Amino acid sequence: MVKELERAGLPTVHICTIVPISKTVGANRIVPAVAIPHPLGNPALPKEEEKALRRKIITKALEALQTDIQSQTVFEWQ
Amino acid sequence: MLRVVHYINQFFGQIGGEEKADTPPLVKEGPVGPGLALQQAFGDKAKVVATVICGDSYFNEHVDEALDQILGMIEKYQPDIFVAGPAFFAGRYGIACATVCKAVQDKLGIPVVTGMYPENPGVDLCKKDVYIIQTGDSAAQMRDAAGKMAKLALKLANKEEIGSPEEENYIPRGIRVNYFANERGSKRAVDMLVKKLKGEPFTTELPMPEFDRVPPAPAVKDISKALVALVTSGGIVPKGNPDHIESSSASKFGKYDLEGIMELSAETHQTAHGGYDPVYANEDPNRVLPVDVMRELEKEGKIGKLHRYYYATVGNGTPVAKAKQYGQAIAKELKDAGVQAVILTST
Repeated sequence: MVKELERAGLPTVHICTIVPISKTVGANRIVPAVAIPHPLGNPALPKEEEKALRRKIITKALEALQTDIQSQTVFEWQ
Repeated sequence: MLRVVHYINQFFGQIGGEEKADTPPLVKEGPVGPGLALQQAFGDKAKVVATVICGDSYFNEHVDEALDQILGMIEKYQPDIFVAGPAFFAGRYGIACATVCKAVQDKLGIPVVTGMYPENPGVDLCKKDVYIIQTGDSAAQMRDAAGKMAKLALKLANKEEIGSPEEENYIPRGIRVNYFANERGSKRAVDMLVKKLKGEPFTTELPMPEFDRVPPAPAVKDISKALVALVTSGGIVPKGNPDHIESSSASKFGKYDLEGIMELSAETHQTAHGGYDPVYANEDPNRVLPVDVMRELEKEGKIGKLHRYYYATVGNGTPVAKAKQYGQAIAKELKDAGVQAVILTST
């Protein structure tokens, strides 16, 4: 799906836990996520901290969307 | 008798389903689950001495740690052959089998065999280095897969010559082998052309690799002015799953309204995905589809606007052809709506 969105000319960032799968599939802008059952959260954290973590990942994703790249790029936030 | 160590996930290891996918590596003496079918296929030529079991989520979330532990466990049993899976069409399991096989082959120098459905993401990760028996997409084909894997494993362990992918049922590794043909190339080419003209089946001698890469789309100039859409393969749907999106092999995607919704909650949304433990996503669906943070950023002017609709499907055993079709349909709708950037989340 990521690839078809980009093929249509829509800049797309893929937030996902298993980066090797994202690379194999052909995503270009990749942001690693936290864990498979909660990619954008961490139930071990208090609510506010969890939301701050989510914001950090999304902020990185927005940065990725505004970055010109030539090939597959992983944008780390950790 | 040859010694075999076998790797399987928590499900085939009879530890549990998705709720046990975070199980760290453990080892059991002798064959477990699919190991019994393997043992039967090995007969008295080899013995499954130990089974290493690891949760699929644990492996993929802690690759380095898990790999260290697993290699230690395998080494202790001094196997002559290492077998992983078969993983069929299970993505995380396939990635785990591929990663462990490569490490066992490279670091321990032991021959390895695994088994997967050709669309498993683990295939591309290791097909150049590892023999992967081509299997069907579900465990219904266990006996057939185990038989083929055992046969190839014995050949590798005995250093016998390995035949072509067709003969041995493994996924092509991209290796060319010289051989003496009965007829010269020009004759073979003309024969092939004649068959093609007659509409008869023929086999090319040089299959072209499929490179389907999409060049990166240009960056968004100013995200604070852009209309941004959310898409997910994590199966987040309104409570009750109104479109009945299937928990695996989804036959459709859904389009859902976010008008007036400031955040998702356990009361309004849920996951329909059957390929991961749903507890955390059901408790707080923003963990998969981050509507709360997107609204916050929208309010602060960090993004122009969050698109009114989000799109969701379940990425669990979804054939590539289907995913492609959903992606194309979603792309068209988003473009027509003037969306300028997309955040796609996957579990």
